Amino acid sequence: MSNELATRSGAGSSAVSVKDLRKNFGALEVLKGINLEARKGDVISILGSSGSGKSTMLRCINMLEVPDGGEIRIGGELIELKKTNRGVVPARQAQIDRLRTRASMVFQSFNLWSHLTILENLIEAPVHVQKRGRAECIAEAEALLEKVGIADKRHHYPSHLSGGQQQRAAIARALAQKPDVMLFDEPTSALDPELVGEVLRVMRSLAAEGRTMLVVTHEMNFARDVSSEVIFLHKGVVEEQGPPDVVFNRSTSARFKTFLAG
Amino acid sequence: MDMPFMAEAFVSLLRGLPLTLNLAAVSMVAASILAIGLAWLRMSDVAPARATAIGYVSFFRGTPLLVQIFLIYYGLGQFRPTLQAWGLWPFLREPYWCALLALTLNAAAYASEVVRGGLLSVPAAQVEAARAVGMSGLLLYRRIIIPIALRQALPAYGSEIIIMIKSTSLASVITMMEVTGLAAKLIAESFRVIEVFVMAGAIYLAINFMVAQTIAAVERWLSPHLRAAPGSILPSEIAHV
Repeated sequence: MSNELATRSGAGSSAVSVKDLRKNFGALEVLKGINLEARKGDVISILGSSGSGKSTMLRCINMLEVPDGGEIRIGGELIELKKTNRGVVPARQAQIDRLRTRASMVFQSFNLWSHLTILENLIEAPVHVQKRGRAECIAEAEALLEKVGIADKRHHYPSHLSGGQQQRAAIARALAQKPDVMLFDEPTSALDPELVGEVLRVMRSLAAEGRTMLVVTHEMNFARDVSSEVIFLHKGVVEEQGPPDVVFNRSTSARFKTFLAG
Repeated sequence: MDMPFMAEAFVSLLRGLPLTLNLAAVSMVAASILAIGLAWLRMSDVAPARATAIGYVSFFRGTPLLVQIFLIYYGLGQFRPTLQAWGLWPFLREPYWCALLALTLNAAAYASEVVRGGLLSVPAAQVEAARAVGMSGLLLYRRIIIPIALRQALPAYGSEIIIMIKSTSLASVITMMEVTGLAAKLIAESFRVIEVFVMAGAIYLAINFMVAQTIAAVERWLSPHLRAAPGSILPSEIAHV
């Protein structure tokens, strides 16, 4: 109960803050100074065509890509970077490892660990990274699998599950870390069309619970109905940003209209 | 064929079995440790480290094991004063340690490629998922990379063990009385080549059969994720429905 109160009282405070984020791949400038502010409880959909930098931005927040410039804060804590002659690198791996457990990632192609069962996938990080008690983690993991509707698959291996089931397992794995913010990198793009719905339903229920989510997606209905804010990236800059009804209905950006028209 | 003689030969050859197994087991364990170091050098970012590993592997894979055994057993005698100064001479004047050294250095070259292949086969996406939950360094290796690499490397590693067991027969040329050494001695005394070598071959066949079965069992035990899901219907069963 006290935990819940603490979370509630934190509503509105900063979950993720990105300032002037820059990233190059060689000569190619992928991110040219991105700003983003997610408060607790926000659901931010990040739209953009292929090559706009939206996945790179999300991967920078989890430090799977190290930015070349700018600042990223998770829950107010600045990710410390340092410049070396081989480029920018994290200043302290221990800080990165700790912050990564607070901003958990859901990948386009699930990336479940193939040698572990679904239940083992869920308790892996809580037990071995967060050092929580195994019995407690198993009980929580089983509740999470129940919640995403695959409790009966807990002793199966990822290769035995459909894509939609694997992605729901991956979402449960991300939840098992009790993250402050969840990062979704095109979570339905690798799925057969008939499997997209089951994953979106889980994501909608998470949004309804008040979880903080950053979602890179091509699902316009999800972005329109579920998000508190929509960001449209174009060639590494924020082209359009605001509440979904404003962005979708009153945008003056010709590029965004072209993007929507497909 | 003289059956009673063959039975007799079999019993006397079995006396060489402990030495055969000793050479194979000790050199395989030592080679595995060396192989991990070599694979690490081979995958390093430092060019001289990579070059060292590549040079080592190409020498020990590219020259016959028999030549390596001769080089170590007969060749090292030329460096006796140095080896004595280093305190290695009491070992390297013994054929047992020379055979063990040659087998280890040779097997390590092959095994390092098996280790490297296993590590390269670990899907980058699964490593990335582990990094994304806060794993790094040894924890990442212990929990994710090594368990996946091991499963991939096991079939090739099993072949290495079998090749190693057969390679120990070359130790007989430097006076080691393992199975093949005893067989050669028995033939010199009895002039019955076929009977003795058939029995020697049968002993190697029996050991390698057991090793292959063990490897296959370990493989099945480590790879439940590659089998059908519990309760699912196998394709072969669908045809009968």
